[in-house]
Amino acid sequence: MNSGIDLQGSFVQTLQDFGLSIGLAKAIWLPLPMLLMIIGATVGVLVVVWLERKISAAAQQRIGPEYAGPLGVLQPVADGIKLVFKEDVIPAKADPWLFTMGPVLVVVPVFLSYLIVPFGQNLVVTDLNVGIFLWISLSSIAPIGLLMAGYASNNKYSLLGGLRAAAQSISYEIPLALSVLAIVMMSNSLSTVDIVQQQSGYGILGWNIWRQPVGFLIFWIAALAECERLPFDLPEAEEELVAGYQTEYAGMKFALFYLGSYVNLVLSALVFAVLYLGGWEFFIPLDHLAGWIGVPETTPWLQVLTASLGIIMTLVKAYFLVFIAVLLRWTVPRVRIDQLLDLGWKFLLPVSLANLLITAALKLSFPIAFGG
Amino acid sequence: MNLAEGVQIVSFGILGVMMIGTALGVVLLPKIVHSAFLLAGVFISISGLYILLNADFVAAAQILVYVGAVNVLILFAIMLVNKQEDYAKLPGRLIRKVATAVVCFGLFALLGTMVLVTPWSLDSTSPAVVENTVIALGEHFFSDYLLPFELASVLLLMAMVGAIILARRDLIPESLATVDTISTSLTLPERPRELATLSSDNEPQN
Repeated sequence: MNSGIDLQGSFVQTLQDFGLSIGLAKAIWLPLPMLLMIIGATVGVLVVVWLERKISAAAQQRIGPEYAGPLGVLQPVADGIKLVFKEDVIPAKADPWLFTMGPVLVVVPVFLSYLIVPFGQNLVVTDLNVGIFLWISLSSIAPIGLLMAGYASNNKYSLLGGLRAAAQSISYEIPLALSVLAIVMMSNSLSTVDIVQQQSGYGILGWNIWRQPVGFLIFWIAALAECERLPFDLPEAEEELVAGYQTEYAGMKFALFYLGSYVNLVLSALVFAVLYLGGWEFFIPLDHLAGWIGVPETTPWLQVLTASLGIIMTLVKAYFLVFIAVLLRWTVPRVRIDQLLDLGWKFLLPVSLANLLITAALKLSFPIAFGG
Repeated sequence: MNLAEGVQIVSFGILGVMMIGTALGVVLLPKIVHSAFLLAGVFISISGLYILLNADFVAAAQILVYVGAVNVLILFAIMLVNKQEDYAKLPGRLIRKVATAVVCFGLFALLGTMVLVTPWSLDSTSPAVVENTVIALGEHFFSDYLLPFELASVLLLMAMVGAIILARRDLIPESLATVDTISTSLTLPERPRELATLSSDNEPQN
């Protein structure tokens, strides 16, 4: 199997040709993909904030931001700069250490999870054996940060918001993990690269969304709940709780929460694209096509073309899902807290268990179609 | 020493200091909430040590189970109870603390000598690298560790059934709740749930 572009290999090789030792060359390479990923995630958030404002405006027949830059694209940057220069207020009766640590604990695990998002065969920070499981376990750290923020603010609304956030993410983690488990069972691996590989070869027909019609709905609902998007944004329900756990926050600490929630949304969309929409695969199988017209797989221009198309496809799929999330925000009313927990425990959990069992049965009876 | 070994030694040092520091914080800090949050730090540094031992799945499971579930539940319990109580000064507080410290250092010395005295059969050759830890774990679970695995699942099932029965009030007979509200020395300092409104005129609220 041809593995496409190997950036790390060629980078290390180039540095070695300049006379550096292989350890030093690898040490120079190591921080580059990480930095690129952090910058990419932050820029992705700026795009999502702009999209959310524009789409929300269109949904409500407004214009939205239009003065900062062409079509208002610089509006999120302006927001960010404003938040950086705002005074950093710590309430007098708050617990200063926990108050500061809360937002950090919410943001860091989300950025860490970008380790496992693949944009191509070799275009991933690390291809871990535990891949998708790392994402699930890292996302379980965030409730601690939310509880910390809610408790340290010394405010009733904050504490209620923090408790709600933690309860919500604990209850929706289980259906999320079970629907991911069904995918893992079909692809025989936890690694995100293997999961995409297993969907490749048949173009759009090979994507997991056709084999997991129930699973992807459960995953999407649970992912929206984990990101606290609108049908499930109870922890910060304005009408009940002012702003939930972020009530007392201002300046950069508030910006961290804001950044964290949008990074999490983009991350969930990317993971959805990887699990159910074939990751970096194009709608038609490109390598087969190249084989038919007689271009060998190792042609440099073909590799560059498929790699860049892979990145574009992953982003297109992810931003399409973000678009759906924004539309859902203006379509679906917010659920109550008891409805939310009922939906999670009494409906999604049994359905995802049944989905897992049916997937296992189908895998045993039709090993060709369900990755035996 | 190449890059990988250096990184391993430095991260082992950082993780060790972090684990001992947070563990001491859990025991010594006066506020219980701070202790509970530091417990998460202990669990995370333990999972870091698992990563250093090449046990990646165990490390992720450690974070998911201990940080994501156990520690969050502890925090929930602390935050929902919210008992307003000023701790009274205990008589002989200093003696108690000194006695605790002596016992703890005694245990530490005992364990330390045990570690130093025991002739560990250290294998200098590194073991074969397990390619996929998940598969290796699964094979162990369903062959030589089958009985502990099944016993643990039965235990968890029992705990789950118990929790559901406790949560569903309709499964507990009503007569239990209506028998008596006479407070003996064994009664928990908690308001009886259903009877609080009925008998509030003759019962002192506590």
